[in-house]
Amino acid sequence: MNKTGKLVLAIAALAVAAGLSACGEREQVIVYKQGKYQGKPDSKPWESDPAASLYTSSKWTPGDKTSWESAVRNRNLAQNEYNRVQ
Amino acid sequence: MARMKFLCDAERCIECNGCVTACKNENEVPWGVNRRRVVTINDGVVGAEKSISVACMHCSDAPCMAVCPVDCFYRTDEGVVLHDKDLCIGCGYCFYACPFGAPQFPQAGAFGLRGKMDKCTFCAGGPEKDLSKEEFAKYGSNRLAQGKLPACAEMCSTKALLGGDGDVIADIYRQRVLRRGKGSEVWGWGTAYGKPDQKAAPAGAKS
Repeated sequence: MNKTGKLVLAIAALAVAAGLSACGEREQVIVYKQGKYQGKPDSKPWESDPAASLYTSSKWTPGDKTSWESAVRNRNLAQNEYNRVQ
Repeated sequence: MARMKFLCDAERCIECNGCVTACKNENEVPWGVNRRRVVTINDGVVGAEKSISVACMHCSDAPCMAVCPVDCFYRTDEGVVLHDKDLCIGCGYCFYACPFGAPQFPQAGAFGLRGKMDKCTFCAGGPEKDLSKEEFAKYGSNRLAQGKLPACAEMCSTKALLGGDGDVIADIYRQRVLRRGKGSEVWGWGTAYGKPDQKAAPAGAKS
């Protein structure tokens, strides 16, 4: 490959990289460390114990994010009345 | 990763204000502050009246966060925009920046003195220990930490107001639009959230 070909290839690679960089999703939570979001102290919802709340049918393992998300998702799907009437 | 959003179906909202009442009751919101409200256009015009329930939309790129001079806002892993009342100075910049009028200010004294900003928390509390008395007093109920969704959405009698993971509620709304054969053209959901493997609603179809 001659010099011009290499140059064209390099420019094309740069253009593709620059173009695709806009397709990614930017991280929305800037910093979470030591129990703080951007310096504001807050705990995560899945860290709480489901037994600590009254009148909830949701069940998850405290500290397990996946099981909490699953419980909330089930609750979320209950908003679709087509699931109930069909 | 869930990304919490609200969606109000204007075809279903009957302006009952049940969501407003549910929010007030659940969070014990003070008099004069409305975290959620129902907006109606063409009120009384037969066939043209539409209502929509509005609160903080928990923007992905929230203007309130951008303008806050004391940087009291933060976003949680679930995409909920919250703020720290201990840092808020009640300046009101967020109120001007918000396109939905979500930030509310209780009167804190004579001559209209503003108190600390109050807004919808997606029933996710705030920067205090989850489910503590302090959290409830400042920010209201933390239903997410109880495995629940916002009271307004769960209370909605016609299920016009949907709240939860954006992907899930978009799927529920898409199913409705396909059933009634219209609606996607109004909000552009077909463009924004439509799946290429699903047929679009037939053009000109009526429910």
